[in-house]
Amino acid sequence: MICAGIDIGSRSIELVLVENQKVIETRQTDTGFDPISQAKKVMEGIKFDKIMATGYGRNLFELAYDDALTVTEIKAHAAGVRLEFPEALAILDIGGQDSKSIRLNEQGRVMKFEMNDRCAAGTGKFLEIMAQNLGFALDEFGPAALAAQKDLQINSMCTVFAESEVTSLIAKGQDRQEIARGLHLSVVKRAVGMLNRVGAQGPIVFSGGVAQNPCMVKMVSDALAKEILVPESPQMMGALGAAMIMDARG
Amino acid sequence: MSNDYAPMWESLGMDLKAHDALLDVLGQGYQDIYLAQKNRPEGMSYFDFVMSEVHGLRIKELLDEKKQNRKIIGSYCVFVPEEIVLAGGATLVGLCSGADFAIEDVEKHLPRNTCSLIKSSFGFKLGRVCPYLESADMIVGENTCDGKKKAYETFAGMVDNLYVMDLPQVKSSQGRSLLKKEFERFKTAVEELTGNKITVDTLKEGIKVVNAKRAALHRLATLRKADPVPISGLDALLANQVFFYDNPARFTESVNKICDELEVRIKENQGVFPAKTPRILISGCPMAVPNWKLPWIIETSGAVIVGEESCVGERGTRNLTDDSGQSLDELMEAVTDRYFKVDCAIFTPNQKRSDHIVEMAKAYGANGVIHYGLQFCQPYIMESIPVENTLENLGIPCMRIETDYGMEDMGQLKTRVEAFIEQISD
Repeated sequence: MICAGIDIGSRSIELVLVENQKVIETRQTDTGFDPISQAKKVMEGIKFDKIMATGYGRNLFELAYDDALTVTEIKAHAAGVRLEFPEALAILDIGGQDSKSIRLNEQGRVMKFEMNDRCAAGTGKFLEIMAQNLGFALDEFGPAALAAQKDLQINSMCTVFAESEVTSLIAKGQDRQEIARGLHLSVVKRAVGMLNRVGAQGPIVFSGGVAQNPCMVKMVSDALAKEILVPESPQMMGALGAAMIMDARG
Repeated sequence: MSNDYAPMWESLGMDLKAHDALLDVLGQGYQDIYLAQKNRPEGMSYFDFVMSEVHGLRIKELLDEKKQNRKIIGSYCVFVPEEIVLAGGATLVGLCSGADFAIEDVEKHLPRNTCSLIKSSFGFKLGRVCPYLESADMIVGENTCDGKKKAYETFAGMVDNLYVMDLPQVKSSQGRSLLKKEFERFKTAVEELTGNKITVDTLKEGIKVVNAKRAALHRLATLRKADPVPISGLDALLANQVFFYDNPARFTESVNKICDELEVRIKENQGVFPAKTPRILISGCPMAVPNWKLPWIIETSGAVIVGEESCVGERGTRNLTDDSGQSLDELMEAVTDRYFKVDCAIFTPNQKRSDHIVEMAKAYGANGVIHYGLQFCQPYIMESIPVENTLENLGIPCMRIETDYGMEDMGQLKTRVEAFIEQISD
């Protein structure tokens, strides 16, 4: 039996096909303005027996596809992460609009989680807007921050306030890489706070699209004073987990 | 309904256009949230009727009472003793507060960072859309949290009949004595308003009527221990909300009637949700009509609410008043004792509330507790952390939610609630 997991996030859609607990295909596309058509596009030409949706578009998907089941990102990431790192006891998941921390027990069951409320502070969207403000392409942003010589304090967590703060720092002639580093640090502080709130201990995995940013990974590790584990494709963990949960259900 | 009652509302000085708009939203919300539920007890049709007439027939009844020279007293809090109001031959009603209204006007008077409950009560006044408020001969404000007590200072300038009641913050003998004195002062104020002297007999009768109302809700609460649950949390919440508006005797009779029906359901193993549905206890801030957002999210995400540790719920109604006293003073002592047990988060320390949450979680077989805090409601939000710690140390999962009456966090709330349900049901 082939099981599909589809993660309809605010920024991107991921699809993973699993057969007998093995990944046989992965796909990704932008969410755009019409998540369901984009989901259909990403599903073109593939065959599966069952599908489970996760991500902010899961309920929309369930309406569009009668046979689809849904699972939250929290449980889906837990399942995906534990497949790659069976020892994981905590997860930091930073996606486009949401950031989450999750504590697991030895069996991989979710024991506690925290999630940002309402605004995009501390999410991928925050980093994306700030990269744009500083004239960096998103994939240059992390490396540029990593190359900065020193940390610079950014005080505002609110995306809109941080934009004004960045504008005034630029006007003061501050180094753009240092500003970038300061912005990363502010997201890291929030993420670490969230991990502490769930009582994260033991091996911690960083999943979600933002884990592709090398500066974020380095700074989270530094802040926690331990190595943080990163899956090969952190953005796929939600879709992978959804597919695995479906597969395990049979 | 608006056509029939328009002259009545107009006579109360209400803004008819704004009020129509409010009723439309309320009606639609009720349709989507309440009437869309499956397997509802037949007895709920009474509450459906009450809600459909909440600003209509009930107000007409109150105005008819006024014509008979009976006074109407409006309240914002469970600390206002209904026993005393009834003993004075007056009627107590809860005042409107459960939806955002006229927010731009409200923010001319209150800081933006004020809880929705307080802002809402101002909005209903400023927008002239609460017929209860406009019918009231006396409005009782009470010094609970800092937000409310400071808000009443401003509110006093908007209405000419505000009576402010002080409340203790510590459950000490001095605290109890303050409450007793305030209840004595309130008794005198009610007597002055109504022109009726409160006697042993009238106070005994008042206690009897209110106790019967509470006992009916206790009966309803007990039936929710069954699995499958015979009534949804939304419907039970509605009964707890209508408690504040309805004619007491009729309310008691209607709740008991539903209970008769639920007992049959339990015997026949019939539930409103399937057996083994994850069970959630809600704890925290009161939910005034039409604040149904969180319960609705919970019960459309695969769980059922089995209890409300709330002032609109068990915290507000769990204790009865001892009516065995033979003198007025003995009865007033009993009234004081009863209200002094309410474990509102304004009290410090307030261990009893945590104990009660644990007790309720166990009694109703809850798999988890959702602590509901209104944004900027310091007492409940601050207590949510020790409450969570207490529960988790006992192995009872708890999730803290902080929200308001707005709808913009629906998506995130749904994800969090669904994830919590997954967590407690795996």
